[in-house]
Amino acid sequence: MIWLEKRPQPSRFFAYVTPLLAVLATFLFGGLLFAALGKDPVQSIVTIFWEPLFGEFAFYYRPQLLIKGAPLVLIAIGLSLGFKAGIWNIGAEGQYIMGALFGAGMGLAFYPAESVLIFPAMVLAGAFGGWIWAMIPALLKVRFGTNEILVSLMLVYVAEQFLASMSLGLLKNPEGFGFPGSRNLQQYDSAHNAEIIAGSGMHWGVVAALIAVIFAYVLLARHRLGFAVRVTGEAPRAARFAGVNPSRLILFCLGTSGMLAGLAGLFEVAGPAGQVSIDFNVGYGFTAIIVAFLGRLHPVGIVLAGLLMALTYIGGDIAQSQLGLPAAAIQVFQGMLLFFLLALDLFTNYRLRFGRAETV
Amino acid sequence: MDLSVINPILLIAALMSAATPILLAATGELVVERAGVLNLGVEGMMILGAICGFAIAVETGSPLTGFLAAAAGGALLSLLFALLTQVALANQVASGLALTLFGLGLSALLGQGYVGVKPPRMPDINFGFLTDIPITGPILFSHDPVLYFGLLLVAAVWATLKFTRVGLILRAVGENHDAAHALGYKVVRIRTLAIMFGGACAGMGGAYISLIRVPQWTEGMTAGVGWIALALVVFASWKPWRVLLGAYLFGGITQLQLNLQGAGVAIPVEYLAMSPYIITIVVLVILSADKSAAPGSLGRTFHASH
Repeated sequence: MIWLEKRPQPSRFFAYVTPLLAVLATFLFGGLLFAALGKDPVQSIVTIFWEPLFGEFAFYYRPQLLIKGAPLVLIAIGLSLGFKAGIWNIGAEGQYIMGALFGAGMGLAFYPAESVLIFPAMVLAGAFGGWIWAMIPALLKVRFGTNEILVSLMLVYVAEQFLASMSLGLLKNPEGFGFPGSRNLQQYDSAHNAEIIAGSGMHWGVVAALIAVIFAYVLLARHRLGFAVRVTGEAPRAARFAGVNPSRLILFCLGTSGMLAGLAGLFEVAGPAGQVSIDFNVGYGFTAIIVAFLGRLHPVGIVLAGLLMALTYIGGDIAQSQLGLPAAAIQVFQGMLLFFLLALDLFTNYRLRFGRAETV
Repeated sequence: MDLSVINPILLIAALMSAATPILLAATGELVVERAGVLNLGVEGMMILGAICGFAIAVETGSPLTGFLAAAAGGALLSLLFALLTQVALANQVASGLALTLFGLGLSALLGQGYVGVKPPRMPDINFGFLTDIPITGPILFSHDPVLYFGLLLVAAVWATLKFTRVGLILRAVGENHDAAHALGYKVVRIRTLAIMFGGACAGMGGAYISLIRVPQWTEGMTAGVGWIALALVVFASWKPWRVLLGAYLFGGITQLQLNLQGAGVAIPVEYLAMSPYIITIVVLVILSADKSAAPGSLGRTFHASH
């Protein structure tokens, strides 16, 4: 008979190994999925994970890794702080949209003036947009005890409608021949989040993501606030005795994650996306949840997970055009990854035992 | 703007139909939560039910078979959640989110060939002369069978939880899983069954949207109804009749804003479309003071090691 015994301490070995095992399991079952769709499984996996890095056109795809990875990492870093403390912000998609709207709105307000101050002002506005949107669930939770999962999620749908309204109304390009969407920020020098080194994919969002990673690492490892985050997640009662103020922690975690999501939105809309349009958001806010978990809620892990997830986006696009693999298959693939990770995490906290359980 | 185009009787009849997907999903989730499990994957199970129901109804030409397939699809997906949380003892919040993300992807994949297809229509129940009675006729006797099934389901869940042994055991497992385990009840088995029941209900709720409400298939068409259903369970303090009340309230708001859009009110369409979500938040705020009704073991992992 097989039974489970709780480990006194979570296994460090399995904590590192399970993400790798989960990726392998996803390769296997993802391959089966691709085979079921009538595609060659090995070729599909190679196309998704090998082509962008080492294939013929890798020089084009490698910069994309930074462009797609940066928003994921930026959002996931913020989410991981909350998730560690048991504060579940799952409305990052909404905060991302609001950050983009606030930031782009700030930039477009100055059009066509040129100044070096415009882009910094947009960054501040973007961060503020995300922050204020996350403050709604935070304040409601602190003041009324409302569930932050539901409120932050409802606000995603509100933000999506707001985005539609803005791109059809206030922010619509007056010279856009009636098409929905704002002016293209890529053609407005002061507001353009251009690549710092041309052709490298390195824009200000990537820099911000790196700063966020370092900031989160130092915070969690060295700062009192990081200690408060960790202890609240692991033992809420002990946290109370240690003098952690739960309300302040909620405001901090949700506020930070909102701010980072807002920044991600601003860098995206001012750079790779270029304009506010009805569907400029592509679900980074939700994928970042997978990134945060796959990265073990650890800053370094999140960078690796973010790059892997970016790879599935890029490789997915290639597989779509070359093999006709449907875009939704990649979404299933990403969801599968989270499933396997959660399932295999069993071995981090429990030990398999064979034979009969002894009665004490 | 011409508000007289909104007929109050037809509005009430339509709100009952608008409320049914939320009602089905929330009733299922209520049973799951009363068993002590928080399944945040309602949205994912609904959307999978929507496409399973749609595809099977189109292939077989029978909406009823479609609904059965939707229930089966929802239950199958929820079985994955049961596997994660009951066997692999994973965090319920994370597993629920995973279920939603996976369900959205899978439904998009399955639904590729069904965009723009028209499903077979489910006929309304024929009540004969009752339908012709003014006011009560259109409100009470002019609906499809699934709508009545939803009402029966609420009554059945209420009666089962309140009066039967099964209901008592289910609640015991939800209130204190260690005590229930000590009494010899199979906590994991009972919870797995409850989760599958919730999945089947959510699946049918999704199929109601794709087969009767819209009726069409588009990606992500449930648009947050699953999450509203989750909020509704909290709002209803885990009581079946209050779920019904809440579902009709939200159905009413959804329908009213659609009618206002149709009547050409001066408020932009996008702001009207926001209203159900904003009202959900407002209701959550007003009613979140009372948390005492929550099942004692809600969201906690059960491991029979001691």
